[in-house]
Amino acid sequence: MSNLDTLETDLLAAIEGAGTEAALEDIRVAALGKKGSISEQMKTLGKMTPEERQVMGPALNGLKAKITDAIAARKDVLAEAALEARLASERVDITLPLRPTPVETGRIHPVSQVIDELTAIFADMGFSIAEGPDIETDELNFTALNFPEGHPAREMHDTFFFNPKEDGERLLLRTHTSPVQIRTMRSQEPPIRVITPGRTYRCDSDQTHTPMFHQVEGLVIDKGSHFGHLKWVLREFCKAFFEVDDIKMRFRPSFFPFTEPSMELDIQCDRSGGEVKIGQGEDWLEILGCGMVHPNVIRNCGLDPDVYQGFAWGMGIDRIAMLKYGMPDLRAFFDADVRWIQHYGFRPLDLPTLFGGLSS
Amino acid sequence: MKFTLSWLKEHLETDASLEEIVERLTLIGLEVEEVTNRADRLKPFKIAKVLEAEQHPNADRLRVLKVDTGEGDPVQVVCGAPNARAGLVGVLGKPGDYVPGLDVTLSVGKIRDVESFGMMCSERELELSNEHDGIIDLPADAPVGMAYAEWAGLDEPVIEIGLTPNRPDCTGVYGIARDLAAAGLGKLKERSNEQVRGTFPCPVDVTLDFGHTKPMCKAFGLRLVKGVKNGPSPKWLQDRLTAIGLRPINTLVDMTNYITFDQGRPLHVFDADKVHGNLVVRRGKPGETIDGLNGKTYEIDDTVCVISDDNGVESLGGILGGEPSGCTEETVNVLIESALWDEDDIAATGRKLGVNTDARYRFERGVDPDYMMPGLEYATRMVLELCGGEASETVQAGSVPETSKIIEFPYSEIKRLSGVDVQPAEANVTLKSLGFWVSGSGDTVKVAAPSWRPDIEGKADLVEEVVRIIGLDRVPFTPLPRTGTVGQKVLTTGQIRRNKARRALAARGFNEAVTWSFIAKDHAELFGGGSAALALANPISTEMSDMRPSLLPGLLVAAQRNADRGYGNVALFEVGQVFENDTPEGQKMVATGVRRGSAKLQGAGRHWSGVSQTVDVFDAKADAEAALAAIGAPVDKLMVSADAPATFHPGRSGCLKLGPKNVLAVFGEIHPRTLQMLDIEGPLIAFEIYLDALPEPKGKGGRSKGALNVSGLMPVQRDFAFLLGKDVSAEALLKAARGADKTLISDVTLFDIYEGQGVPEGQKSVAIDVTMQPRQKTLTDEEIDAVAKKIIANVEKATGGTLRG
Repeated sequence: MSNLDTLETDLLAAIEGAGTEAALEDIRVAALGKKGSISEQMKTLGKMTPEERQVMGPALNGLKAKITDAIAARKDVLAEAALEARLASERVDITLPLRPTPVETGRIHPVSQVIDELTAIFADMGFSIAEGPDIETDELNFTALNFPEGHPAREMHDTFFFNPKEDGERLLLRTHTSPVQIRTMRSQEPPIRVITPGRTYRCDSDQTHTPMFHQVEGLVIDKGSHFGHLKWVLREFCKAFFEVDDIKMRFRPSFFPFTEPSMELDIQCDRSGGEVKIGQGEDWLEILGCGMVHPNVIRNCGLDPDVYQGFAWGMGIDRIAMLKYGMPDLRAFFDADVRWIQHYGFRPLDLPTLFGGLSS
Repeated sequence: MKFTLSWLKEHLETDASLEEIVERLTLIGLEVEEVTNRADRLKPFKIAKVLEAEQHPNADRLRVLKVDTGEGDPVQVVCGAPNARAGLVGVLGKPGDYVPGLDVTLSVGKIRDVESFGMMCSERELELSNEHDGIIDLPADAPVGMAYAEWAGLDEPVIEIGLTPNRPDCTGVYGIARDLAAAGLGKLKERSNEQVRGTFPCPVDVTLDFGHTKPMCKAFGLRLVKGVKNGPSPKWLQDRLTAIGLRPINTLVDMTNYITFDQGRPLHVFDADKVHGNLVVRRGKPGETIDGLNGKTYEIDDTVCVISDDNGVESLGGILGGEPSGCTEETVNVLIESALWDEDDIAATGRKLGVNTDARYRFERGVDPDYMMPGLEYATRMVLELCGGEASETVQAGSVPETSKIIEFPYSEIKRLSGVDVQPAEANVTLKSLGFWVSGSGDTVKVAAPSWRPDIEGKADLVEEVVRIIGLDRVPFTPLPRTGTVGQKVLTTGQIRRNKARRALAARGFNEAVTWSFIAKDHAELFGGGSAALALANPISTEMSDMRPSLLPGLLVAAQRNADRGYGNVALFEVGQVFENDTPEGQKMVATGVRRGSAKLQGAGRHWSGVSQTVDVFDAKADAEAALAAIGAPVDKLMVSADAPATFHPGRSGCLKLGPKNVLAVFGEIHPRTLQMLDIEGPLIAFEIYLDALPEPKGKGGRSKGALNVSGLMPVQRDFAFLLGKDVSAEALLKAARGADKTLISDVTLFDIYEGQGVPEGQKSVAIDVTMQPRQKTLTDEEIDAVAKKIIANVEKATGGTLRG
């Protein structure tokens, strides 16, 4: 008996002392393999008397089970330790900074973003987007819009011209997006509701004027839209665009050749701080020109001004972008300075929507 | 247009405050740009009297003054003005006062050891004029101790309105008063139409002589006043003129300027003794010149209207008088002119000669024709009153055109266009108060505009007049009715493509730029543009002279600008228009990007996660394909060809085409010579996508994406390596492999290219991984081998290569 006890003690000690899974396997083979110490003992059972066997059989089986369990248990411990060691060796410095992903570093120019904002607002009011070419005829840029030849209002436009053609026609760069009004009315049956964002050009350059800039024009032509509707459209636009609950507005009579009556719109703002705040304060800020489409313009598009009527407005896209997002200098819009674009630009996935808030 | 409050009140009887007047002016369309008061800055300066003037002990040119300020003891002031003397009454600034002309706040000073407690001021120091020869020398009876600005009549608001070009009637204070009166802010005082009876015939006659050409002068009134005494004009007149920024000259000239601003009626005065013979109004002749009253000489031709006498040209009609026949303090006989000029000719001449005068400003907008002779009478009265003399009878050439035009005006028009209810009676009163003639009763009346309103053409103008005077705030906000459908698409295909390309490129790390539509001529030429038809006639600079044929030059130069600022690894793109010709169809939309330095998709510059290499042609190809995919182009069906424009590196660039002729995009590394010609440095890669070249998507069809067709069977993969000639394209290899069994082969990936040891000179080893996707049953080894053999055969046939053993 003491023989088995010794074996057990030795084996358990060896198992406990095994430092690796390979050493443990060696112990297992030495004990339970074909020629293992326990297996050898098992072989002796056949030569024993039934009485001896009755005692030794269970004892040996018990030992075998015990050692098997001990090996399995030790194996788990060793595996756990090996995993621990591996994991420890795999540790990295998770404070290492990552490269920014392209979707984080890419930027949409504020002009594009504001055009998308305008689209979201006016699409909701049933407007679509109309466009026209930058190179225009004198007829569409001026004459059809009721600018008489030689009138001072033409001079105020600082027009870029191309050289006259052989037939005397002189093309120009459109000075406003208003020629798109004519193109739209001549090609589309009323009712018409469009906005027309685009590039416009005047030969003028200082901090608030660049030779190229962006305008958006709005046009509504049908059989009943009047100045009261215009007031409403512009109020709703200003509230939605500047993302304020309410805004004080002041319409002032003004003059544009292509509208009659003509108005300019001032909105409430606060200039007391460093930057202009829209929708609060006691100051006024001129934001756009508007009016009822002039009967001559309607007539120039082949429509009867006693039947059709409507309104139009126009404003600077760069300018309203500056007012909303606080850029101080218009010239920087066209300089392609990545520091400026990174700062004032918008993330590629921030698509303006009305349901999600234009800029939130 | 500037005027003072008291000047306005000369024509408007009103109790309204300045604030009310200013607000109402803006609300009726006469936008107030600024209200200034010169007295505000000069408030502390008081009239003071010099009691003693002693020589300064330490300086020859200085004197030590004892000055009576009207209160307390006299103060000691050191003064260097040559006219400082005992008994002088002048203007004193005390310590703490801000002197605007010097931009200095006074303090107690010590000048050559003598203390000085203030400064006797010159006109320039108070910004009243440029006079600085001495200190202000007031009349002896000027009240000592009184605020100088108040005594001098400077304490008066000056209102400046920004006048729209349609309102010539408001180029005179009287017209502004009339608008305010109509708006209920007071009562318009009647202006005198008293005529001065001439006591003798006007000795100078005037004729309009335009031969067979278009007349440039409609009518011309003239009269002589003899025996006048010219000289400085009275203080009230000088004050009004200086208040609005005009320089007083002499009474006769000041009178014409006054009536110009008071009535919007420009006039001219000739010194009759310097006029030779009769006046002829005619077209100029080439070679003629005129020395203008502004000190400049102008060359004249037959597009310019002149007034001439026997000596030649004496005046640029309606724009500028001539120096030789101008009135001076010595003038004793004066010819007064009040004429009516053609508006367009005035504008054209003014523009051509570059002359801006108060007369041109009014005549090109259109002065009141009916006031031509009354204006002459007004001028005559003023001359007689201020300078004495005796007036001749008037002579008139030409005739004042009839202006009144009857407009049929249905009152319903007001509601139709403005949306506001205005009772006919109110509309009537409003129109009449503005000088309109209204006749008839019922729903439609006849209306005629007054002679001073050339801008009134029709019904809409009348609506504007009524609504602007009753107030635009009376128009109710009226919701625009919704249109029939919900969720209709409002963008065109082109607009949608631009948006998608823009967001796709930004999502690839690009920064969107907006660059000028016009670029330098040599840059335009380099990129295939620069044609005469697309060159501006009046560019703002040589850098912005030609419409761009491509967005590349603008972006490439912009990338360099960033590099020059220390940001060399930039990715910039723009979506915008380029110009093939000057027709609307010649304007195309493109999306263009450039990457510079190491600005690759995974990031620029050095990083612990790996060294970023410089950008290369495959970055450009990837960008181009990504943007094309975003706009819906069938990227897997596009042909790649190595025939990009010459601005690209010939061996590292290409085109993406839909069919052999339709180029959707170009991409590549920029040719070193292009860099050199643009004076920029690389490495730079770029692409340009022609958004309009992609055909419009076909039909509407359904929105269903169809059933998902996936096989439940395992795909099989086999690798092949081929030895190919160096110039064999990957495309040829891939196409041959795919073509071996189009139903079974679902994917072919090129995963290795090797040249060097083990591969013969002039060849390359290219490895591909072919995926076969069985659909019905698992493939047997024999079937797989059969496909493999076919792949090898196809590739060898198509490329001349061999399977690598």
